[in-house]
Amino acid sequence: MVPELGHFALILALVLAMVQGVVPLAGAATGRTHWMAVARPAAWGQFFFLALAYAGLTYAFVTNDFSVTYAAQNSNSQLPLIYRISAVWGGHEGSLLLWVAMMGLWTVAVGLFSRRLPVAMVARVIGVMGLVSSGFLLFMLLTSNPFDRIWPAPMDGRDLNPLLQDPGLVIHPPMLYMGYVGFSVAFAFAVAALLGGRLDAAWARWSRPWTTIAWAFLTLGIALGSWWAYYELGWGGWWFWDPVENASFIPWLVGIALMHSLAVSEKRGAFKSWTVLLAIFAFALSLLGTFLVRSGVLTSVHAFANDPARGVFILMLLGAVVGGSLLIYALRAPAVKSTGRFSLFSRETLLLGNNVLLAVAAGTILLGTLYPLVLDSLGVGKISVGPPYFNAVFVPLMIPLIFAMGIGPLTRWKRDRVNRLLPVLSVVLIVSAILGALLPWWLYGEVPAMAAVGAALSFWVLLTVLLDVHHRTRNAESTVAGLRKLTLSFWGMNLAHLGVAAAVLGVTFSTYFGEERDLRMAPGDSVEVAGLAFNFEGVDQRRGPNYVANTGVVRVTDGDRQVALMETEKRVYNVQGMPMTEAGIDAGLTRDLYVAMGEQLDDSGAWALRIYHKPFVRWIWLGGLLMALGGLLAASDRRYRLGRHGISERGENA
Amino acid sequence: MKTRFLAPLMIFGAMVGLFYFALMQIGQGDYNPRDIPSPLINQAAPAFDLPAVTSDGSVSSAVFAQHQVSLFNVWASWCVACRQEHPFLMDLARRGEVPIYGLNYKDERADAIQWLNRHGDPYVTSGFDLRGDVGIDWGVYGVPETFVIDGNGMVRYKHVGPLGPESWEKKMKPVIDRLKAESS
Repeated sequence: MVPELGHFALILALVLAMVQGVVPLAGAATGRTHWMAVARPAAWGQFFFLALAYAGLTYAFVTNDFSVTYAAQNSNSQLPLIYRISAVWGGHEGSLLLWVAMMGLWTVAVGLFSRRLPVAMVARVIGVMGLVSSGFLLFMLLTSNPFDRIWPAPMDGRDLNPLLQDPGLVIHPPMLYMGYVGFSVAFAFAVAALLGGRLDAAWARWSRPWTTIAWAFLTLGIALGSWWAYYELGWGGWWFWDPVENASFIPWLVGIALMHSLAVSEKRGAFKSWTVLLAIFAFALSLLGTFLVRSGVLTSVHAFANDPARGVFILMLLGAVVGGSLLIYALRAPAVKSTGRFSLFSRETLLLGNNVLLAVAAGTILLGTLYPLVLDSLGVGKISVGPPYFNAVFVPLMIPLIFAMGIGPLTRWKRDRVNRLLPVLSVVLIVSAILGALLPWWLYGEVPAMAAVGAALSFWVLLTVLLDVHHRTRNAESTVAGLRKLTLSFWGMNLAHLGVAAAVLGVTFSTYFGEERDLRMAPGDSVEVAGLAFNFEGVDQRRGPNYVANTGVVRVTDGDRQVALMETEKRVYNVQGMPMTEAGIDAGLTRDLYVAMGEQLDDSGAWALRIYHKPFVRWIWLGGLLMALGGLLAASDRRYRLGRHGISERGENA
Repeated sequence: MKTRFLAPLMIFGAMVGLFYFALMQIGQGDYNPRDIPSPLINQAAPAFDLPAVTSDGSVSSAVFAQHQVSLFNVWASWCVACRQEHPFLMDLARRGEVPIYGLNYKDERADAIQWLNRHGDPYVTSGFDLRGDVGIDWGVYGVPETFVIDGNGMVRYKHVGPLGPESWEKKMKPVIDRLKAESS
């Protein structure tokens, strides 16, 4: 009964989404206010029924109703309750429902926080979101209904993929989807502005907080995914350039470009048509990611059901959404005039550099991701494009980007003098270079060139941020008073930039100073890695709620002092019979110790063990956290909340 | 309309075209991104000697020499895709075109017998590979998989995933017809 209600709620949500997509847009086109007024109630109704459908599916999982095919494929009665709830988004159909429900939530948020916007603008934004939502609901109802029944019902379910039975993965997809779907708001604002012919500072200002929040969620999602891969896959890696990782990373990069280009469009009225294009691309690439993951055109560790019929439908959806918006762009953008002129050395120029570098980075990653598909489908041959390509193209683009990131916030809009900043910046650059060489030498006694470059870039960002804070507070009566006058968007920006510095340091040091050993160890064996003794104490059997495990114990000592007692597990899950590695990690701010069990080698009790020493690896995710936090801070700046009042204050700092 | 504003649309159109092309090829079975070519093709079938699932006897790789051509199908009761494939195998067995041998991969014997009782047994006989050792020798990385073995005990073709009327007609039957023609 409940699944049928859920199915019915989904159909009602589709009907309301279509109303929401058609009536307000038609109203805005013809100037009918009462048609435009349909936007909000329709959005709220749609969200209500989506929430109902979502609750219905969750009910089927919680009550172990395996007559629902989707529950039978992704859950099991032995599965702990928390994972039965998260298993709702563990497969294709349910994650699609989560996606659409979040889209409903974002639409409601737009409806609530846009009371001061012109009625026609709101009607267009909500209308565009309704159209996108209709497409996804149609896709779900026609090809991927999560409420389909199976008869006879299986005795028990096939269980959630053991890889997904993990706290990190419980929240990773929702965060990621919040980001993907959040870009639909920036997209809807861009299309609405094109339709209404209003590409002005107000449009850019309304788009900014939404874009920044969506990007912050995407950042958290990617960081969580990376952290999960690190401790769950048992390889100690945190980024694999897997097509599906790239599918989230490309919109993330475009999102950064968009945030910066929106700033220019708002403050200076320049880059407008480029900004609109970026807003379309950010969402288009999010949709593309969905397509790549679910259609099976690319091989990836993130395998969803591989069904060409679904692929064709998503492709049609992608074509309609992106093709339609690019067509509107082609028709309307030529009329857009960018007004702000700027000289060669100005903040605009540096942000232009930011956009060019990020767009090129996103483009090259997209190229590398699609290249195997192109060759393979043309029958040329099977190749895989891996980390060597991506590292080779990505790193050289990031170095100038981070260098420019230090200078950008210090420069003035429109026109600045090189002489004003050159003396102090050359000192900062020299100090950064010296510190960058000294830190690895002091910590590890050696200075590989790239490690010094990475560390120097981190110091460069840190010092320029401090310089910026100093510049902005030196004229205040006291430092404290000066600090208090700084805006949240200023703090947010700098926090996010510091996050980049932290991540760069983490990536650099864990890459250049990490130690990795793969060895055969019998109980009682000891090995020295990074100056610490790793003693393998043996293996015992344990039983979890839905798995059995061999638990290996490793005691780490430094001389006589015990540093850590680590446990690593090789689990076999009862239902799918799939072996899983749980790495033992002793986490620290300056280094992680990491132990993972491989296979049992013979009957004497010897196992293959992987032992890693990973300096500063935690800084990568710490950096991600800082970036997301910075984004949220910046988006909650008061000037976005003050409606009409705020517009008169537009002159203040970015 | 300036052409530079059309450029994004045109690039996007080209991408959609590529994806559509790739999807159509997947749909027709001409292209499978997961298709890793088996190194066993045109090599001797890896030898095995396993207890049979349903009887006290055993099954060995010698059985392949008894036929011009035979199929070796990897299955398990826990495998959802096998359930999808099963009716087609039953159909194939009824028509008697080619004998099918089974490899029951990493399964419980009671579950496997119950599965055959419930859905029917298309196999001449199935080997019981509890630990999956034979599966490793044969390079099985997903269930179901189906191998075509000729009368000399050589692996001639491998199909990954559930077999259906379309993949049978397009891929497997031509190989089998050719082998039958060669050996008669």
